[in-house]
Amino acid sequence: MQGLDFSVVADARPFLLQGMGLSLTLTLLAIAGGMVLGTLLALARLSGRAPLALAAAGYVNLVRSVPLILVIFWFYFLVPLAIGRPVGGFYSALIAFVIFEAAYYGEIIRAGIQSVPRGQVQAGLASGLRYWQIQRLVVLPQALRNMLPVLVTQGIVLFQDTSLVFVVSLHDFMTSSVIIAQNKGRLVEMYLFAAGVYFAICFAGSLLVKRLARRAAA
Amino acid sequence: MISIDRISKSYGAVQVLSDCSTTIGRGEVVVVCGPSGSGKSTLIKCVNGLEGVDSGTITVDGTEVTARATDLAALRARIGMVFQHFELYPHMTVLDNVCLAQVAVLRRSREQARGKGMQLLERVGLAGHAGKHPAQLSGGQQQRVAIARALAMDPVAMLFDEPTSALDPEMINEVLDVMVELAREGMTMMVVTHEMGFARRVADRVVFMDAGRIVEDQPAAGFFDRPRNERVRDFLSKILHH
Repeated sequence: MQGLDFSVVADARPFLLQGMGLSLTLTLLAIAGGMVLGTLLALARLSGRAPLALAAAGYVNLVRSVPLILVIFWFYFLVPLAIGRPVGGFYSALIAFVIFEAAYYGEIIRAGIQSVPRGQVQAGLASGLRYWQIQRLVVLPQALRNMLPVLVTQGIVLFQDTSLVFVVSLHDFMTSSVIIAQNKGRLVEMYLFAAGVYFAICFAGSLLVKRLARRAAA
Repeated sequence: MISIDRISKSYGAVQVLSDCSTTIGRGEVVVVCGPSGSGKSTLIKCVNGLEGVDSGTITVDGTEVTARATDLAALRARIGMVFQHFELYPHMTVLDNVCLAQVAVLRRSREQARGKGMQLLERVGLAGHAGKHPAQLSGGQQQRVAIARALAMDPVAMLFDEPTSALDPEMINEVLDVMVELAREGMTMMVVTHEMGFARRVADRVVFMDAGRIVEDQPAAGFFDRPRNERVRDFLSKILHH
């Protein structure tokens, strides 16, 4: 491996950091939004009310049958048509991620809720708590603890998926690396570096998952 | 206080309750027993509306449980319930378990709830465990916390659904002692249990169920000494002599 020159990385640091900032911002906001919407989807599917459950199931199945990149495109082109003005790459990408991730988080959260014994709900009901209070105070805290490892795993996948925003001309970490690589003619160095960074972050994430899984099992 | 009037219930083709009627007066202790699958647990869960009925009416403290318009949550807040498997909230401390519904349902202040909670934990002998989580307690201790949790709501009546069935034998008495004390203080109680010693000591009446029907309902003394029904004699001889 002669002639590798990683100084290109140091030179491009502000640009790359900006890209990483966007990747992380998108990931965290999409996790937050996806979990809120996903919780509602899970509760709808478990509500026992046929129209509500059916609508939620339809949503989940539709979104999960479509490639993420297509969802990103849709919102880039469709949302401006619907509201009559452009919303910009960032917001359309964020909406797409939230919509997309909610379908996956919804299924994880549904499994988590079902892992809480039915007797817990009965105990809550018997003490006079109402439906939303039982979900908020009794069921979801326990469900969240049980499903935390899977949620973090999904977060790692999401972090990697943020590289797809290049299709709406956003500069995430991956896209920034590509731009530097091509402008400076340092393809090998930049791609090795990018791979190393993704690996470090995702591996740290999966170590966290392992620890969380051990704690949940305890 | 509690009046159960001709209730029936089925799951598909299985009739779990047929035409059950009984009443529990204020301050009365009624024990419900019978073989497993006889409908005892379903019956007691109908009393606070955890299970619905197909026909018949149940009234608790003047409120009709089975009426569509009844605010079940408000009614349940006035009826304490203790479950076979305790059902303490595992993610909260013992004290928070006892305080949760006081704050969320009765809108008591945190200090008020904690005061009441500590007083009740004291009473069931567990004040020293207030800061622990349920998993750190024995089954008997957990069930006593569950009783304290129910009492914290100042209930007009208490329902016990096989409160000692999931306990190791050496822990049964610590739970029964709390229940006996409660009975002696005049709490209205409906207790599904196989603990016939408990029934003899504190029950005013004993109800015997078989295959979804109430086949015997009489004062405790008569139930044990002069059971009218063949199935009851059978049941008692099995449960008392082994």
